[in-house]
Amino acid sequence: MSRIEATFAGLKQRQETALIPFVTAGDPDLDVTVELILTLAEAGADLVELGVPFSDPMADGPTIQAASERSLAAGTTLAGILQLVTDVRKKTQIPLILMGYYNPVFCYGADRFARDAAAAGVDALLLVDLPPEEITEISTVMQEAEIDLITLLAPTTPHERMKRLAATAEGYLYYVSMTGVTGAQKISPEDIRGAVEELREMTDVPVAVGFGITTAADARAVGAFADGVVVGSALVKIIEENGQSAKLLPKVRKFIAELKHGLTVPTS
Amino acid sequence: MNYQYPDERGHFGQYGGRYVAETLMPALLELEQAYTEASQDPEFQREFDYYLKHYVGRPSPLYFAERLTRELDGAKIYLKREDLNHTGAHKVNNTVGQVLLARRMGKKKVIAETGAGQHGVATATVAALFGMECEVFMGKEDIRRQSLNVFRMKLLGAKVHEVTSGTATLKDAMNDAMRHWVTHIRDTFYVIGTVAGPHPYPMLVRDFQSVIGIEAKQQLHEAEGCLPDVAIACIGGGSNAMGLFYPFIEDSSVKLLGVEAAGVGVETGKHAASISAGSPGVLHGNKTYLLQDDDGQIQHAHSISAGLDYPGVGPEHAHLQDIKRAEYVSITDTEALEAFQKLTHIEGIIPALESAHAIAQVMKLAPTLSSDKILLVNLSGRGDKDIHTVADALGVEL
Repeated sequence: MSRIEATFAGLKQRQETALIPFVTAGDPDLDVTVELILTLAEAGADLVELGVPFSDPMADGPTIQAASERSLAAGTTLAGILQLVTDVRKKTQIPLILMGYYNPVFCYGADRFARDAAAAGVDALLLVDLPPEEITEISTVMQEAEIDLITLLAPTTPHERMKRLAATAEGYLYYVSMTGVTGAQKISPEDIRGAVEELREMTDVPVAVGFGITTAADARAVGAFADGVVVGSALVKIIEENGQSAKLLPKVRKFIAELKHGLTVPTS
Repeated sequence: MNYQYPDERGHFGQYGGRYVAETLMPALLELEQAYTEASQDPEFQREFDYYLKHYVGRPSPLYFAERLTRELDGAKIYLKREDLNHTGAHKVNNTVGQVLLARRMGKKKVIAETGAGQHGVATATVAALFGMECEVFMGKEDIRRQSLNVFRMKLLGAKVHEVTSGTATLKDAMNDAMRHWVTHIRDTFYVIGTVAGPHPYPMLVRDFQSVIGIEAKQQLHEAEGCLPDVAIACIGGGSNAMGLFYPFIEDSSVKLLGVEAAGVGVETGKHAASISAGSPGVLHGNKTYLLQDDDGQIQHAHSISAGLDYPGVGPEHAHLQDIKRAEYVSITDTEALEAFQKLTHIEGIIPALESAHAIAQVMKLAPTLSSDKILLVNLSGRGDKDIHTVADALGVEL
């Protein structure tokens, strides 16, 4: 059983919803990212999405764009992020998902990436701009390396397409809560509920929801029906505001604990 | 040769494709289907032809540049006068086609990205013609360089968004247009200005622009009774070049020559020559040649011409390079400025700085060829918009 499968199985047993925070690797630098991942894990995160910075993050709102810029300015590279995962793996078994855009992986070489990422202890890869139509160019090498490819589904995805994509899902399905960029506007949990329930009919793979979940109340509302909630921009905002300050880790710890609390207490 | 590209998945060999977020995928599939239906509908073709003729002013003339030919003392030079189109460049051919398609699909709003402002103006113009809402994304840096076009767009009723992210130029304008599109996907049509972006854009922009090559081929046949020996066009994203080249692709005797912007010089790193000096990668929904570092981060492009100042190129050009059907060279800012002045001086035609790159290549090539050879050059736009830039470069205060 993979780390991701084991994590969701444990959560199911405890009747909890997975909390999946997102941070951009290298924001403000890779040393702080190590501390952040360990803090997230201790404070209640169940999986961590680690953003790989890209110069042209087309699916991201201003908060994560700025995080990417800070990370690149600090000299972050994909090779550096894989080294970070290697180091972090010695200290925690929390599932780590690399999330970002295809070009850095393409330039690194998909074969080489699969090999190095698996050796480092990466569990899955989520490439925002590599839809099912193009993913075949990396799916074989990732399968061989036992790295899950996470599939995104959106409110605009038609029913039949959803069915087809759900059938081949690995790890978990990532349902994009709205038409927009990351961190954009207020979400409507009721609209999302319908889509998540539809997906449940199609697959046994856990369904996580992301984009626009910013508060403990949002997380709790979505957690009532989803298997996981992804919180990105709201957390990245805390990193942006506190940077290298000593307040950063306590603030992150407090925010994560609040989010997780809403995902563990039974809701009606 | 039998040239059939893109394939059904939108690939030109290993390039092209649809590298976009899932939210956009259904919209691209819908667009592809709408375009396939439109292109088989004689009524759509009739409507497109009607507006090209009566609104854009087509066919544009094919002009024998007699004095330039005599001066260079070599091959005969013919200019395809896209500068004489309504709005002053080839861009409008494509915006007429796409906005007609948007109307057919029932969309009420259009958005566009723009660098120099030509595509923004062409989109705002056609949106005004059809009473559609129009929003244009333009980098802060370009807004500063091209204030005239910004004002034109506003007069035409478009809302101009100042893009401050990243390098605040064309690539970032395209990022923000994509972000806006993904947010308003249900009622908004994205009018992409060049033969780049996710499938089906490179194909449909090429098809709408190929009126350039189709007309030129016929006009040259009437004038000379033959095909050109070389077809020459400048390349930023590459839409005017694709429009000229495409109808000649299966005519293997015709050499296709694309001219990229070498900026300060390819060896200095300050240039926009994605094919000559870039490497394959994925940006803005397609795989193509890009200016990027070893980690796949996109680099700044540089050119005196805002319309060529883009770190990528259309995927079909990448393919034509790989299969060696077209050849790509580059021209520096300085050479383009000389060509700009030369054509203005001896033909009384002020070319856009983009088109001046093609003219500069002609000035190098024509003298090496005999007088029975024919060069067909796409004069993609007029240079009024560049007067301030040129004055600046020549140290003249206006």
